[in-house]
Amino acid sequence: MSNSAQIAKKSNTKMLRAMVGIGAVCAFLIVLTYESTFSRIQTLRENALQEAIFKVIPGTTTTKSFELKDGSFVELKEKKSDGPILYAGYNDNDELIGFAIPAEGQGYADVIRILYGYEPEKQTIIGMYVLESKETPGLGDKIEKDEKFRQNFTALYVKMNEENSKLINSIVTVKSGTKNNPWEVDGITGATISSRAIGDILDKSANHWLPIIEANSEEF
Amino acid sequence: MTEDSNHIAKEHQIPSTNEFIKGIWKDNPVFVQVLGMCPVLAVSNTALNALAMGLATAFVLLMSNILVSALRNFIPKQVRIASYILIIATFVTITDYTIQAISVDLHKSLGAFISLIVVNCLILSRAEAFASKNTLGKSILDALGMGLGFTIALFSLGAVREILGNGSFFGLNLFGDNFQEWIVMILPAGGFFTLALWLLLFNLIQSKNN
Repeated sequence: MSNSAQIAKKSNTKMLRAMVGIGAVCAFLIVLTYESTFSRIQTLRENALQEAIFKVIPGTTTTKSFELKDGSFVELKEKKSDGPILYAGYNDNDELIGFAIPAEGQGYADVIRILYGYEPEKQTIIGMYVLESKETPGLGDKIEKDEKFRQNFTALYVKMNEENSKLINSIVTVKSGTKNNPWEVDGITGATISSRAIGDILDKSANHWLPIIEANSEEF
Repeated sequence: MTEDSNHIAKEHQIPSTNEFIKGIWKDNPVFVQVLGMCPVLAVSNTALNALAMGLATAFVLLMSNILVSALRNFIPKQVRIASYILIIATFVTITDYTIQAISVDLHKSLGAFISLIVVNCLILSRAEAFASKNTLGKSILDALGMGLGFTIALFSLGAVREILGNGSFFGLNLFGDNFQEWIVMILPAGGFFTLALWLLLFNLIQSKNN
């Protein structure tokens, strides 16, 4: 009896030693990789975002980041921030051209993160770029690749009502080829859910941000 | 002696280069063993995705085979599967970070499938069936062969599907604007069609050789 108990105890120790040992080595390897790639990944992401800002606000030469704090915008000097951020784009003469606003919402596969450009003077959306999406390759990912779909966002009408509290017309995605109004997004056949998601994300985000930007327009 | 043990004895006498070659041809993980079908069907819609996925899987396979083989006398058999999964998951995580550090776009297009390498039965089966019973050198050759075989298979699917479904190869437009894309080829159904055709071709050649 005692002999078999001893053997069992010995094999338990062996198992424990193996699992803990391998676990420790694995943890060390993961931490090592995380630490050594962290700054590079952050830089790449930051670069991708900066490039995207220039894409969604055509004509921009310099940008500034603003954080919304207690209802007003504060310029961000450092990159780190907890609050919601938006980016303002200026031309060579330091005149404000527009804003790049990050937004996100549920797509078909996962959350879609986008950045869109807004021109306050004409109250139109002037560009849209997909920062992150896991939509089906070949179908849902047309929201980033399809040239015709992207044309939707070169001049998308987002006029606000007289009190500047919300959009007069909601942004809606319509069936491919049936766009009749400047506030409609022409959808993609075969990517109905993904293209609708873009419309919904824009509508929600524009209804939220545009009044705030309008109310604080002298801060930029 | 029985036929079985004779067979096993023969296997042990095979020279080492065969450990490498068998993964590419005789025991090709996709065309013969039909393992790891999830990434094979899902990520083979363009040549680049297929190549990147194949190389990522081959890397994980190689590293896990090395560790499993090196530690084969240290891991008690009761906890071997748990240990293998731990090792495989570690290298998948490392691959994930590395790909992110190489290119955000590539990471974007491979999506969730990098993390899913961890459940690729090809890797676990090589750890369990080969690396845990063989020397380090043999296991490395086995992993290189299987990894290369998997990459070649994925790439042959990806190339066909991209050319027919998108009219391009590595993103380069091949046929001009008038080409009508065969969209079904980049959809999941096209993956099955292409795989079936490759399997047919592969088996035809193999049966002729025999």
